[in-house]
Amino acid sequence: MSVTAFLTDATLCIGCKACEVACKEWNGIDEDGLQFSGFSYDNTGSVGASTWRHVKFVEQAPLPGLGGNSGEQVSWTFSSDVCKHCGEAGCLEACPTGSIVRTEFGGVFIQPDVCNGCGYCVTACPFGVVERNSKDGRAFKCTFCYDRQKAGLEPACAKVCPTESIKFGELEQLRQKADERIAELHDRGMTDANLYDPLDTSVAGVHALFIIRGDARTYNLPPAPEVPTIYLKKAWTSSALAAGLLFGGTLLAFLSAGKNGR
Amino acid sequence: MASRRNLDPTDYRRERNLEEIRVQAEATRQLQVVGQPEKTSFPRATPEDGYYGLPILKKTPWTWEIPLYFFVGGAAGAAAVIGAIADYTGADRELVRHARWIAAAGSVISPALLIADLGRPERFLAMLRVFKPQSPMSVGVWTLLGFSSGATAAAFADFLTRRYGPSIPLRVLENAGQAASLAFGLPFSNYTGVLIGVSAIPVWNRNATDLPLHFAASGLGAAVGMLELMGHHKNRVLHTLGLGAALFESWEGLRIEARSNPDLDPLKHGASGFVTRAGGILSGPVPALLRSGSFFSSRRRSQSLRRWAAWSAIAGSLITRFAWMHAGRQSAKEWKPPVQREAGLSRQATK
Ligand code: SF4
Repeated sequence: MSVTAFLTDATLCIGCKACEVACKEWNGIDEDGLQFSGFSYDNTGSVGASTWRHVKFVEQAPLPGLGGNSGEQVSWTFSSDVCKHCGEAGCLEACPTGSIVRTEFGGVFIQPDVCNGCGYCVTACPFGVVERNSKDGRAFKCTFCYDRQKAGLEPACAKVCPTESIKFGELEQLRQKADERIAELHDRGMTDANLYDPLDTSVAGVHALFIIRGDARTYNLPPAPEVPTIYLKKAWTSSALAAGLLFGGTLLAFLSAGKNGR
Repeated sequence: MASRRNLDPTDYRRERNLEEIRVQAEATRQLQVVGQPEKTSFPRATPEDGYYGLPILKKTPWTWEIPLYFFVGGAAGAAAVIGAIADYTGADRELVRHARWIAAAGSVISPALLIADLGRPERFLAMLRVFKPQSPMSVGVWTLLGFSSGATAAAFADFLTRRYGPSIPLRVLENAGQAASLAFGLPFSNYTGVLIGVSAIPVWNRNATDLPLHFAASGLGAAVGMLELMGHHKNRVLHTLGLGAALFESWEGLRIEARSNPDLDPLKHGASGFVTRAGGILSGPVPALLRSGSFFSSRRRSQSLRRWAAWSAIAGSLITRFAWMHAGRQSAKEWKPPVQREAGLSRQATK
């Protein structure tokens, strides 16, 4: 099977949260609790252990083009966030039990029967996706509906999306589709539409692409995500140096003190 | 535009009123409603504020066991190195024995702390399914295993020898255990720096080079301090090692203070900055001064200065580990560093 991917189009999303609900239902995820953020219509905040799809409510100054509102109101774009299923995934590399694996569909999957809840993947994800469930003790995130994909079905969120804002398919085909869609949007005057696809970064591309409007940072999408393994060489070199200094220094100190070491 | 008169910020009853509160907040960029501290700035979704200033990264779920493990492991690893080298160079037997006991105690406490922090402690053994060189956590667990076996074997053989007299198998066990505790103790005393350095947390990964060296010096300072307090406060070698560690820690502190990278702010500002500085002062300048002072003091005075230096270094090492954990949490809360990193923005489709 080829690499599958999501393409989430913020210019089509209506913020209905059907994807969040479908995800919770299919995967049997806990509720998020009731919190009131007090400053936007988004009371969930971000993806996490109990939120594998999360609709961002991006309220901005009025934007021209599709979905523009009257001058007094804010302009809304919605974008359904999800695990990026990185080409070079920090969580997968960090996992000490081998619980996190890459599936035959190219997705990143936590095997719940192996995870021992060490929490190291949480500090390794550059997108803040994976989280330890405090009640269960293990780490959770989007499975890319591995079970459904294995059965030849599309992920629950893509299936349920009423506007086809969430598209599911083959990665390269979706890239092409995205470029076509953006060209179309530009033609229609929405010139700030662009594709979030951090290809030239150390995460080596993602399997969840996003069509957004304007600056990626408005959507909390890091323009230059880093996979932590790029720091391995630096850190281990320094560790070897530290070990050498400790050994050499201690040896020298004892030798120079003579036989009695007093 | 909605009227801004007669606005009661406590009245949420009507949808309309909520809308007015919003409009006012947008205009003044300040929020004046109950439940929010007065005049907090109104969060926005912009390239400058991110997505309402919400953090991107998740903070580490690790609790107090992990920084304590960093402290115990660092001291135990360094103690094993001191013990083995003291033995090989024919130094004081008592020193060798005490160093071994610290190492052995640490090698029992360390895995206990590590396991206690797991979300599923009963599954600790899942760590031993694989060895992943690209995962510092995996490398660390195997190092801990080697270190623990070696250090406990050496201490156990030592104990039996003292009790039942020397024999060849015990000597073999003791020597093998000691060699293993030295070989694994060297990386064990500093790998925790690699562990947090190789992460997505800006304040940690920006210090990926410094952390292992810093943690090694911190562990050495603590191990030396413990040995001195166990009655080796007259040992000159320990004094030298303690001074070396304290000087290195002072230099490390200066290095952190001198760098003006905003990603390092959690080490300098706020509560985490205070803890970091406290830990740094106690492990660096304080023991360095006390130890230097003891060179020029009378014998009795010098010994008491050294004891103070020992306590200070131990406390400093402990606080330092908690400080880094605290700073890491603080760093994960700030949405800016991961997003503001210079690089090409998303791919702009060409027409
Ligand atoms: S986004 Fe995070 S959780 Fe998802 S694959 Fe990448 S590193 Fe793993």
